Amino acid sequence: MDIVVLVKQVPNTTEVRIDPKTGNLIREGVESIINPEDRHALEAALQIRDNTGGKVTVLSMGPPQAIDGICEALAMGADRGILLSDRIFAGADTWATSTTLGRAIRKIEQFDLVLAGRQAVDGDTAQIGPQVAEYLGIPQLTYVQKLEVREGAVIAERALEDGCEHIEAPTPVLVTVLSSLNEPRYPTVAGLIDSTRPRAPIEIWNGADLGVKAYEVGLAGSLTQVVKTFTPKGARNTQYLEGSPAAVAAQLIDALRKKEIRLGE
Amino acid sequence: MNSGLDYFGESHHILRQTVAKFVEREIKPHVDEWEEAGEFPRDLYRKAAEVGLLGVAYPEEWSGFPSDIFHEVVVNEELTRCGSGGLAAGLMSHAIALPPILAMGTQEQKERFIPPVLRGEKIAALGITEPGGGSDVGNVKTRAVRDGDHYVVSGSKTMITSGTRADLVTMAVRTGGKGHREISLLVVETDSPGFSVSKKLKKMGWWASDTAELALDEVRVPVANRLGEEGAGFYGIMHNFRKERLYLSLMANITAQMALEESVKYARVREAFGKPLTGFQVTRHKLVDMATLVEISREFTYRVAAKIGAGMNAVKEISMAKIFSAEVCDRVCHHAVQIHGGYGFMREYLVERLYRDSRILSIGGGTTEIMKEVISKIIL
Ligand SMILES: Cc1cc2nc3c(=O)[nH]c(=O)nc-3n(C[C@H](O)[C@H](O)[C@H](O)COP(=O)(O)OP(=O)(O)OC[C@H]3O[C@@H](n4cnc5c(N)ncnc54)[C@H](O)[C@@H]3O)c2cc1C
Ligand SMILES: Cc1cc2nc3c(=O)[nH]c(=O)nc-3n(C[C@H](O)[C@H](O)[C@H](O)COP(=O)(O)OP(=O)(O)OC[C@H]3O[C@@H](n4cnc5c(N)ncnc54)[C@H](O)[C@@H]3O)c2cc1C
Repeated sequence: MDIVVLVKQVPNTTEVRIDPKTGNLIREGVESIINPEDRHALEAALQIRDNTGGKVTVLSMGPPQAIDGICEALAMGADRGILLSDRIFAGADTWATSTTLGRAIRKIEQFDLVLAGRQAVDGDTAQIGPQVAEYLGIPQLTYVQKLEVREGAVIAERALEDGCEHIEAPTPVLVTVLSSLNEPRYPTVAGLIDSTRPRAPIEIWNGADLGVKAYEVGLAGSLTQVVKTFTPKGARNTQYLEGSPAAVAAQLIDALRKKEIRLGE
Repeated sequence: MNSGLDYFGESHHILRQTVAKFVEREIKPHVDEWEEAGEFPRDLYRKAAEVGLLGVAYPEEWSGFPSDIFHEVVVNEELTRCGSGGLAAGLMSHAIALPPILAMGTQEQKERFIPPVLRGEKIAALGITEPGGGSDVGNVKTRAVRDGDHYVVSGSKTMITSGTRADLVTMAVRTGGKGHREISLLVVETDSPGFSVSKKLKKMGWWASDTAELALDEVRVPVANRLGEEGAGFYGIMHNFRKERLYLSLMANITAQMALEESVKYARVREAFGKPLTGFQVTRHKLVDMATLVEISREFTYRVAAKIGAGMNAVKEISMAKIFSAEVCDRVCHHAVQIHGGYGFMREYLVERLYRDSRILSIGGGTTEIMKEVISKIIL
């Protein structure tokens, strides 16, 4: 089975702080890591490949430094890495990101399965997987916590709010995974060192390689624009009520009414 | 750390990050528990092997990448950073057990013994020390009597790191009469009849490593397990000591470095008489003295490592490094506990363990006195 894994390079959120003035993430000096769920997607891909053969390609869109994530993926055992990097990709919203990733997958051509994390810890939208599936016109299985492959199909267990669902879908198919799916392996030292060598199987594709126009991708190709980012102010105005229980209850009801909070008819 | 820039390149950097991450995720969260338990799960060998940590310093076909002496330095330093010297010593006991096989073994022996250990499936230990003496290696008493294509081995070994669960022990035995020329090295497989672990030893430090007394009662060891010629054991042991002493020096330096770091952190926040401890000149100067010793010791040890890496014999230098680094470590850990006051005596504080773990470093792998004997023979 040939598998494409979508891997996003994200800041290590355990270290991320927000600049109180601008409301933006302070990324300086913060280590970049592979989005945690994407490691599980990659692990799933590697296990399937190890059992059934085929090839695992990791695909990432990001600035040149995102190559570190690809190196790590190769050191875990991926066969090929592709980094989509071009100034015209910058500022992409999820729509433009999905379009770009989708175009690249089309260019890869040979694939039975696309695996992605459910959600990126920085962007947090969980939109990329589904949108890429839509772009490619293939079925999507999201929130997957168990995955099995058959000839021409995959069978997945999806985690729902109050239970789970077993479904089967024909390949090619896109699957987004949860961290409960498996325990990702470590990259090997030998693999990491190999991945930094010139002969490492890493390709970097730009807009021209994908045959996209500048207005289709990046900020220009985005349907949404960020107007402002801010941290909501959670200021509290605590009021202490005193007196007998009955008096406190009466005061409380008055206070709630004043705030126009309806207490039921 | 910005010292030793010349010694470390990109592959060392990658290795350091990998080991550091491994230590952070797989070891640190459990280290206190394993220290108290007196051992760590056997599975950790396999995990470390999967990442490729155990294969460093072995030929590329086994480790997966060409390594040099500073790759060994990196693994040693970062593992020691887990804060338990015992864990580092136990997980890496093959680093003293396998080199004689690599240096003296036949191709068949290397292929039989080394890869399963580097894959984390088998544990290897080095068995030299006996209840009757450790420093006087030439006086090993465990006897190996030839019987056809076997040796029949009887005797005992003690203080053997990883001894309670080792699958193979690279063991010094006496194959002839008196003297150091009658000592041979055998690889003893511990599932052989007559081999037993007589005791798991309780120790002052290095708790997370299991240390054992071993008994051999007419254990039949194939002659095919002898490393090199009969009587070549003493040379093999001496050759092996050089790397062991380097590892112990590195461990001393990192242990001291951690004691220093903990002390700096503590001295900044702990207040006495209305000011932080760093407000007292006597404390500041003590920290400076500690930092100076650590820095000098580390730089000297790196230099000696470079010499060994370049194929120089460096016996005098490595012996000096071992004496000096172990002494620095003792002194720095002593001051670190002092700076921590009563808390330095408490189990929750890392310096308490570092202090206990430090003590072995001037004893194991050849005592300070033996190092001085070695050096005096060279310079006098
Ligand atoms: C309105 C808007 C404006 C934005 N503007 C900017 C901007 O100016 N600059 C900027 O840097 N970001 C910007 N972003 C963020 C960027 O669009 C998202 O980070 C990106 O689209 C991925 O979305 P996500 O992080 O929510 O991923 P999710 O949908 O949560 O990720 C799910 C999975 O999709 C895959 N995936 C996601 N992103 C990638 C990727 N790049 N490569 C490979 N696989 C991937 C991974 O497998 C991941 O686990 C903007 C986002 C929005 C909504
Ligand atoms: C935690 C731990 C782990 C160990 N792991 C291993 C292991 O894996 N494998 C192994 O084989 N051994 C191991 N050892 C044993 C260690 O190598 C010995 O303890 C060490 O070599 C000293 O030997 P000894 O204990 O018999 O002391 P002795 O040789 O009895 O020495 C006692 C004292 O006399 C001094 N002394 C001895 N000879 C002279 C001399 N000629 N001149 C001046 N002073 C002298 C010594 O320096 C020391 O101070 C370990 C020890 C410990 C504590």
